[in-house]
Amino acid sequence: MPARLLNLTGTWRTMQPGCSLSSSRSRLCSVALLCLCAAPVLAEGAQSTPSILAPASTPAHEIYNLSLFVLLITGSIFAVVGGLLAYVVVKFRARGADAEHEPPQIYGSTQVELAWTVIPVLIVVVLFLTTARIIFAIQDAPEPKSALEVTVIGHQFWWEFRYPKLNIVTANELHIPVSTRGAPEPTYLSLLSADVDHSFWVPQLAGKTDLIPNHPNEMWLDPHEPGLYVGQCAQFCGIEHAKMLIRVYVDTPEEFGAWAKNQQQLAVNESAVAAGRQVFESQACVNCHTIVGTPAHGTFGPDLTHVMSRATIAAGAAANTPDNLHAWIQDPGTFKPGSLMPAMQLSDQQIDELVAYLSTLH
Amino acid sequence: MADQTLPIPGSLTATPTRGAAFLEWLHGWVVTVDHKRLGVLYVVYAIFFLLVAGAEALAMRIQLAIPNNHFLSPEFYNEMFTMHGTTMVFLVGMTFIFGFANYLVPLMIGARDMAFPRLNAFSFWMTAFGGLLLYFSFIGGFGLYGMGSAPDVSWWAYAPLTAKAFSPGHNTDYWALSLIVMGFGTLGAAINTLATAFSMRCRGMTLFRMPLFVWLMVVTSGLTLITITPLTAAQVMLIIDRYLGGHFFDTQAGGSAVVWMHFFWIFGHPEVYVLILPAFGIASEVIPVFSRKAIFGYPVMVAASVAIAFISTSVWAHHMFTVGMTSVGNTFFVLSTMMVGIPTGIKIFNWVATMWGGKIRFATPMLFCTAFVFQFLIAGLTGIMLSVAAWNWQLHNSYFVIAHFHYTLTGSFVFCMFAAIYYWYPKVTGRMLSETLGKWHFWLFFIGFHLTFDTMHFVGILGMPRSIYAYEADRGWNTLNMIISAGGMIQGIAVLIFAWNLIDSYLHGKGAGNDPWDAWTLEWSTPSPPPAYNYAADPVVRSRRPLWDIKHPNDPDWKYEQ
Amino acid sequence: MSTIPIFADESWRLPSRGRVAMFSLIIGESAIFTIFVVAYVYYIGRSTYGPTPQILSVPIFNTVCLLSSSLTIWLAEHAIERGRMRTFAAWWALTILLGIVFLAGTAREWTRLIVHEGLTIQTNLFGTTFYSLVGLHATHVVVGLIMLSLAMIFTLLGRVEQRHAERIQVLSLYWHFVDAVWVVVFTVVYIVSR
Repeated sequence: MPARLLNLTGTWRTMQPGCSLSSSRSRLCSVALLCLCAAPVLAEGAQSTPSILAPASTPAHEIYNLSLFVLLITGSIFAVVGGLLAYVVVKFRARGADAEHEPPQIYGSTQVELAWTVIPVLIVVVLFLTTARIIFAIQDAPEPKSALEVTVIGHQFWWEFRYPKLNIVTANELHIPVSTRGAPEPTYLSLLSADVDHSFWVPQLAGKTDLIPNHPNEMWLDPHEPGLYVGQCAQFCGIEHAKMLIRVYVDTPEEFGAWAKNQQQLAVNESAVAAGRQVFESQACVNCHTIVGTPAHGTFGPDLTHVMSRATIAAGAAANTPDNLHAWIQDPGTFKPGSLMPAMQLSDQQIDELVAYLSTLH
Repeated sequence: MADQTLPIPGSLTATPTRGAAFLEWLHGWVVTVDHKRLGVLYVVYAIFFLLVAGAEALAMRIQLAIPNNHFLSPEFYNEMFTMHGTTMVFLVGMTFIFGFANYLVPLMIGARDMAFPRLNAFSFWMTAFGGLLLYFSFIGGFGLYGMGSAPDVSWWAYAPLTAKAFSPGHNTDYWALSLIVMGFGTLGAAINTLATAFSMRCRGMTLFRMPLFVWLMVVTSGLTLITITPLTAAQVMLIIDRYLGGHFFDTQAGGSAVVWMHFFWIFGHPEVYVLILPAFGIASEVIPVFSRKAIFGYPVMVAASVAIAFISTSVWAHHMFTVGMTSVGNTFFVLSTMMVGIPTGIKIFNWVATMWGGKIRFATPMLFCTAFVFQFLIAGLTGIMLSVAAWNWQLHNSYFVIAHFHYTLTGSFVFCMFAAIYYWYPKVTGRMLSETLGKWHFWLFFIGFHLTFDTMHFVGILGMPRSIYAYEADRGWNTLNMIISAGGMIQGIAVLIFAWNLIDSYLHGKGAGNDPWDAWTLEWSTPSPPPAYNYAADPVVRSRRPLWDIKHPNDPDWKYEQ
Repeated sequence: MSTIPIFADESWRLPSRGRVAMFSLIIGESAIFTIFVVAYVYYIGRSTYGPTPQILSVPIFNTVCLLSSSLTIWLAEHAIERGRMRTFAAWWALTILLGIVFLAGTAREWTRLIVHEGLTIQTNLFGTTFYSLVGLHATHVVVGLIMLSLAMIFTLLGRVEQRHAERIQVLSLYWHFVDAVWVVVFTVVYIVSR
């Protein structure tokens, strides 16, 4: 397969792991860790690494700070016990002739056993209390009135995003406003599933939460920096689980307003591509897809009203280019074998017309 | 038949024709009820499937070595990771532990056989058949994507993916049925082990004089009784859903996908303790012998093992932190999971204390056990990290989790199984395994293991989820995945060296004698291999280390043991 | 099957392997039943359509029969311990009879539910959990009856003697377990959920 079909184009900005860390020690730890993980990353010039170590939203920050604290404790335990083990391995090797006599047999020691029971118990108490605090802080955070509400519905193998108060329906690429301290606007996601279990995971913005049918869940994000943040489905959901990618565009208020306004419009209706529109409306496309302003009201597949406003198709499996669109419609198995969209058995000309039509749907 | 022992290679038999002799030999193995033979059958079965599941892992690693690879189709990859996990847990893990239990428990307690020899044979053959049924799935039908019908729903098989609507083929059915069949075998083996340890000990061997391996198998068997059975129940429910139109996990009819998760993990978490406790038992036998000291804190080791078993039944939902339980619910499971780390840590400290002040001989079994202690320490610490629910919300279902449980399963369980094989192979076969090949095996496996699983922690932290057949090229995971795959190849080579060692030493290995390691438990007082009846006269013991008492008549254990 | 060890030394006593094995089996089986009971209890009231537990009629007679069979089997154990083989055979046969009556009653109940109330395992959550749980118990009654019948046949052939009392006790343990499970199932299904 030619490489260009696999290139992801689209706009994104470089992300800065900008966050205010509570202490210089954790800053040092994080720098060390980042260097460790960043080296191979930087070597590849990747700009969309969904790293837990680069939080950009309050839940992700809270988790990150907690993780540094836990790492400090577990690291210390490792240093002590590992060090003892290393010492023992070196110091108490059997050497030559003195292996003739058995060493003194020591059967146990109550004091020692007590000591190394009590200390772990204390460590557990500390870790537990710290963890509990963060759990409650994230999970039970009250939803402010200014929050943006988005309903996420997981499908095999794509994401449906609905903004109930804005009357917007889109797919796979989420646009949310940036949330600064001065103008906080967190996004609250309601998580539902239309079929099997999925999980919404954008590491830089929050921990993951599952989408389980008949079991609604909630989570929130408040990204501090505009940019593109990537993630993907994190609960095995079937054959193309690997290709259920997420792109979250954090927009400035102006950008978000413009985006929302566009999404609220009816579908573009250009007479030049009427042939393609005709194909769409007369073929089975309408059974699965919606294009607002046309007779197409299908909900099994993604809403295509503004499909050209997205950088990718097939939940990130391919870049949104006319060639890829053509290949996808001809046979979805090109990018996603096992995808629930069937090969439409259309002629080349029909597909060309369709692609021309879809290409106008900005 | 009753007086046949393992044939000493190279010696003549009295039978007339080669064909008849072979059939007689085969027949002996098929109808045997001798615990030693059944133990060998279990372990050979386990080693075979270790190679098979290892190959499945390598296939996956070739697919993941570069981004968006096309070595395996998505369907086949999903079958690979499902089968790899299922095989390793049930056909390698469970068979190893009950294989060693079968062979060693009667010998260690001075008994002639297990309590129920025919149940023993039944258990083995049920397990074996279940495994064959599982693998038959590859060829038992074309499958929906032309890749056969091997299970492809992951080893935890979450509902409703396993419902008829979303898995219309027979993949899930093979998974459920073969595991139910194996479950009967496991239950039989657990019951047998408990009955043997409680009812067949030789005179003087009180419960607190049993070798720690026997204790750990008792605890494991008790835990198995309440661990395997929830899985059987859940799988019966799944089959009712799939074939009788039931609604247990049918979310359209009010059923709950989360209920499956609870039932599965009520099995799934204690199951990993079922696997690791015998490994602890093996370490508790090998480390003292090679450190030339008694185990430090025997009563505490027993108490810690029992505590682990009990607490492990209360931690299961730490696999479900992202499912949307209440904050109180999440917090409870954080606490219980951290608590299970305490007795586990105590055991690590006791092993180190055993080595402290000793005169350590680093023969191959000890190399594997020392690496086990090191790796289990790390595994326990990453487990603590995962128990921090909020951090778990990031790490769950990522490669960090895969790294953690491979540290516990490969880095701890498999290392102990290798140690056990190097340690007891001389007893079973009468031949020593080659130390040179053993050291090659150890070092290559150690290096490959760390290359693979240390790196996995990092790629998980960089956001790579599990169960994906391919990944995007621009996520920064490429180099790390290549390293992981390279480490896998090295481990594969190491295991092949090990397999060669097993075969070559059987034919040409040095004679072992009764007690090549200068050890202290009863099995080392028998010839190698032991006769079918184990002991000509029932042993009588006065301490935990009967052979130490014999070898040190001026300084016997029973003078000092509490 | 006697108590191990084989040499007659009163000071070294170990539990009988049959008892240990049966206790272990019972623990395992209890775990299976627990899962089915938990599923039943969790799904009470969650069927989105279809019949509810109100259509059940409390099987008093059946329950009396089954619980009495625990008494009769205990009397049978009592008899064989004392070597009264004919008494033993009588009580043992009565136990089997009571078990069969219980199964017949269950069959009647299910026929009524399926034919008149339209409740099958596929109808709704209640149907699924009810038939699974009660059916799992009934399966154990069947297995128990098979074992008891085998013992009955051996008794009638004159093969069972006083020295087999312990084995009979182990088998009875299983039967008592089946009855104990019924107490739980009965309470949960016919009392709590109705």
